[in-house]
Amino acid sequence: MKIFLKLTFLFVIISSLILSRAYAAGEQQELLKVDWSFKSFFGKFDRASLQRGYQVYTEVCASCHSLKHLSYRNLAEKGGPEFTELEAKAIASNFEVTDGPNSDGEMFERPAKLSDKFVMPYANVQEAIAANGGAYPPDMSVLVKARKGGANYIYSVLMGYDEPPVGMELDDGVYYNKYMYGNKIKMSSPLDDDIVEYADGTKATVDQMAKDVTTFLQWTAEPHLETRHKLGFRVIIYLSVLTVLVYFSMKKIWSRIETKV
Amino acid sequence: MSDHEYTPKSKVGKWFNDRLPLLTLANHLTDYPTPKNLNYWWTFGGILTFCLITQIITGIVLGMHYVAHADLAFQSVEHIMRDVNYGWLIRYVHANGASMFFLAVYIHIFRSLYYGSYKSPREVIWIIGMLIYFLMMATAFMGYVLPWGQMSFWGATVITNLFSAIPLIGESITNWLWGGYSVDNPTLTRFFSLHYLFPFLILGLVVLHIWALHVPGNNNPIGIDIKKPSKDTVPFHPYIVIKDAFALLIFLLIFAFFVFFSPNILGHADNYIEANPLVTPAHIVPEWYLLPFYAILRSVPDKLLGVIAMFAAIFVLVILPWLDTSKVRSTVFRPIYKQFYWFLVADVLILGYVGAMPAEGLYLLIARVATAYYFAHFLIILPFLGMKEKTTPLPLSITEPVLGGSADMAMARNNSDFKEKL
Repeated sequence: MKIFLKLTFLFVIISSLILSRAYAAGEQQELLKVDWSFKSFFGKFDRASLQRGYQVYTEVCASCHSLKHLSYRNLAEKGGPEFTELEAKAIASNFEVTDGPNSDGEMFERPAKLSDKFVMPYANVQEAIAANGGAYPPDMSVLVKARKGGANYIYSVLMGYDEPPVGMELDDGVYYNKYMYGNKIKMSSPLDDDIVEYADGTKATVDQMAKDVTTFLQWTAEPHLETRHKLGFRVIIYLSVLTVLVYFSMKKIWSRIETKV
Repeated sequence: MSDHEYTPKSKVGKWFNDRLPLLTLANHLTDYPTPKNLNYWWTFGGILTFCLITQIITGIVLGMHYVAHADLAFQSVEHIMRDVNYGWLIRYVHANGASMFFLAVYIHIFRSLYYGSYKSPREVIWIIGMLIYFLMMATAFMGYVLPWGQMSFWGATVITNLFSAIPLIGESITNWLWGGYSVDNPTLTRFFSLHYLFPFLILGLVVLHIWALHVPGNNNPIGIDIKKPSKDTVPFHPYIVIKDAFALLIFLLIFAFFVFFSPNILGHADNYIEANPLVTPAHIVPEWYLLPFYAILRSVPDKLLGVIAMFAAIFVLVILPWLDTSKVRSTVFRPIYKQFYWFLVADVLILGYVGAMPAEGLYLLIARVATAYYFAHFLIILPFLGMKEKTTPLPLSITEPVLGGSADMAMARNNSDFKEKL
């Protein structure tokens, strides 16, 4: 029995060692880390950054990437970019949507309203794939949550374009990216300095735009993040107070008998 | 069991109670004599009941907004997350609630293993518990399919494909489960239907579980039979109720932390990508609570034997009361078993870890050794240890450590004090 015990013990130790080393070795290129304003207990979005991020999305990303789960009204909602309702209406009216059928049974085009979903860049998945050299530009609504590493990953990929290492062969229309899974990406580097002109005068560096659009995409993925943090804080406080009260009640009740709790 | 006759004080109460003795039941539940030395590991029964009710309530609300259709499911989940009032809260509570449910059930099971709660006369409680656990896994698996993300789809494909390993009729069974020739809309709709049904089956089994518990009464940290009611017991209300409430609140604090500040950490990022039958994810992994069984499944090279091993890993738990030959319940008095117990805990954790890793090279080797050890623990170590092990002397009651071996009693005390501080 003793020997068996020792053998088991040995197995546990050895496998833990192997697993911890394998874990360390298996890590990919470490992602760039940004001190996002929306992380942490009281994390909130930087409103100006969200608005700039929307601008980057709509002027750069939107030509290929859809945001199919969002409506224009979301842009004016609390906890988001918080454009005024007038601004959001103006934004929506820049887009044409197909509506109908009307009383004559015809479909017709009209400017988008707040209640409309974001207009998609392509009519269907097949068209999107055909227009992008065989790679489907993913819908960005929940992209941040759909990638391991979240916001840091999106930011890293945007910043990760580089010359391929010596010896790496890249096909036409394939680009090297330090942080992309497999280091190959079919999207060319989307951001260049001053590719957009920010209304608030912020300098549109690649780093600035990457941060802004990532912040915006974090919001599209988690539109209720601010409410969640705020409510969470209250719930934790409430539970803590209640826990303390119940603890002392318990002590009081159990003091009637000798056993300790 | 409190066997004294109960008569309601009011006339109406008496009239009703003579026809349906609900008040007698309520009286039994409040007076129910409980060992007074129960530590905090015993609070997980109440916590689990809370988890089940929470899952049912949040699930019913989610069911009002969710659309079980392959083309609409993912979208309807996003609709819940964005447009339904506090839909994000309800869904995050439900999704993290599943994880918390399993966390609690694993603690509950390992508590039972430590203190020998599965032994005579509590075998039936244990077996019902295992049935609940099995149904929980089935329910959780089907629930994970409903958002129709990539992991939903491919997890469902992998698990339902297991049945194709059955000789001769395997393929027909798999097609029957799918309602077609692959995981598709018919699979989703039946999973939704069953996912809605199973929690109520679990609820029924929970009632039986508690009923069966109330016949012999609770086991306790020193695992000896006690007289009920006596100096060793306290009435369930208010003593155990308030203690369970305190433990539940601590549990809720952790629960709330996940829901509000880290709601997606226990899920897989790929499940926010809509299901696509044409794209297979790099690694298909089930939810964390199924990983040990997944590791056992993959550690066997033959598909059919792997499936058998996985189900055997659960079945071996069902027959545990007869595999453990030791008459002594609590590990406190079983010095050698205590070490094996912790090895088993480590073994299951290792299995869980390798279950999340690709089944190749060293991972596979470790998974195989750990699987072998898992079965060895139950099929070899427990039967023999029970016959060979020299246990330390048992006290006669909780309050009076009358037996000469006071050193051991001190150990028992220290141990339970230690647990209480946790």
